[in-house]
Amino acid sequence: MSRDARPLVSIVSVEKHFGAFHALRGVSLDVAEGEVLCIIGASGSGKTTLLRCINQLAVPDSGAIWVAGELTGYRLAGERLHRLPEHEIARQRRATGMVFQRFNLFPHMTALENIIEGPLQVLGRDRASAVAEAKELLARVGLADKAGNYPANLSGGQQQRVAIARALAMHPQLMLFDEPTSALDPELVGEVLAVMKELAASGMTMIVVTHELAFAREVADRVVFMDHGAIVEAGSPAQVLGAPKEARTQAFLSAVIS
Amino acid sequence: MSRDLSPPAGSAEPEPPLIAAAFPDVSGCPVARQHHLGRWTAVVVMLVLLGLLGHAFAIGQIEWVFVGRFFFAPVILWGLLNTVVMAVAAMALGIALGILTAVMRLSPNPVLQATAMGYVWFFRGTPVMLQLLLWFNLALVFPAIGIPGLWEARTVDVMTPVMAALLGLGINQGAYTSEVIRAGMLSVDIGQYEAAKAIGMTRLTSLRRIIFPQAMRVILPPLGNEFIGLIKTTSLASIVQFAEILHNAQNIYYANSRVIELLIVAAIWYLIVVSILTPLQHLLEKRFSRGAGAHR
Repeated sequence: MSRDARPLVSIVSVEKHFGAFHALRGVSLDVAEGEVLCIIGASGSGKTTLLRCINQLAVPDSGAIWVAGELTGYRLAGERLHRLPEHEIARQRRATGMVFQRFNLFPHMTALENIIEGPLQVLGRDRASAVAEAKELLARVGLADKAGNYPANLSGGQQQRVAIARALAMHPQLMLFDEPTSALDPELVGEVLAVMKELAASGMTMIVVTHELAFAREVADRVVFMDHGAIVEAGSPAQVLGAPKEARTQAFLSAVIS
Repeated sequence: MSRDLSPPAGSAEPEPPLIAAAFPDVSGCPVARQHHLGRWTAVVVMLVLLGLLGHAFAIGQIEWVFVGRFFFAPVILWGLLNTVVMAVAAMALGIALGILTAVMRLSPNPVLQATAMGYVWFFRGTPVMLQLLLWFNLALVFPAIGIPGLWEARTVDVMTPVMAALLGLGINQGAYTSEVIRAGMLSVDIGQYEAAKAIGMTRLTSLRRIIFPQAMRVILPPLGNEFIGLIKTTSLASIVQFAEILHNAQNIYYANSRVIELLIVAAIWYLIVVSILTPLQHLLEKRFSRGAGAHR
């Protein structure tokens, strides 16, 4: 794939309501290929909603989101936007991998079956090559010996690492992480963050909604602070986390760190 | 249940002598046997009642030799076959309609939702026997049915007892089954739908691969219940002259007046069929509990 001068993700003036709740207020944000972006903010600030809009699990009320050169959810024809049919939306989602707060592994499938499910059912790959690649991915996340385990027999940290492998098996151009360590026992957070660090170092484009400020400081290229559905401040980790300019960022950071 | 009378956790550490002296040390005492007096009383009462019931039937006017004579009569076996085949066919139709209706009901399209709800409302809201009679007498409404230009037939020729029984039982069953299947689909965590979407699955693929296999665990026990109910409901199809086992048993006792004996023959056959189904259901349930963990 040729390196594009345009951003891999471009979010333009996105608005989203849930009933009377104004979840996103005109959010605009670009993410370059290879960039690691961390989104921080209090719960209810809209960071998870923004992430879900990027892979169309939520649909913005207005505004546009471009991913990998395509306008998501719509086709532009004759000055009008036409909603894409469901199978086209499913195809667009393949550009992004998503890791959920609560893992959402398929409980009726082993770790290996979870990983090959997408390649077999969605990409139509042949079983032998999908299995071979799934085993490589399991080894990459440190779970080579857990291929035959069902999710119920894996710890939270192991489940989340399988979930990352499952997303990677679809060869996404972009990885979305929705508070990937928030549902984990404290002693299991490190193993998941280590896998994410390795992924970032490999050049994967990542958007990470997180409360792990140390991870953001160490791994992120850019940190975005959101509050009440809007981006308050964005910049390098040193700037946003170390010397925030906005009063709301300062208040959030002092509340989180103390 | 064994009782744990040893001191609570933490006793490994040196005990403070003051506390130890306050209560007698029970750590070495054996637990005495319980006597279960109530249990023995219940056993005696039940045995007496069962004995009385057995005695009543033994001196009652039942010619058991007729039960034996008709148990394997060709007409009875033919009726049994009809019952089982009809129950399986009607259940298959019911499951197909049930899946379709449940998926329609949970679709975002309001027209599909309303159609599904209307179907369930009508076919759950009227008696099966009435529906059987409606199908059987369809010719009164539509003397001829068919696809214009392709195929046409007189309704009386199409709506045979078999056809009326299949449609009446299967379409009624579909209304109940759709609710069982919908409950199963609702039992699957919303995160499973999202995870399936996130790896690029379409709605149909995610239903087939992710949602239904998990919903089956919840669906199977009530569905087994439904099937057992349906086997017995097939007896209602005798009203449209369908030759199921009870219908055929009745035909015999109209001729020889051995009413109770033939009803016993039919009852035993129903019990045998249902008894065979129970372990089959257990096998199916095991098949669909993969990954559910040892604690389920």
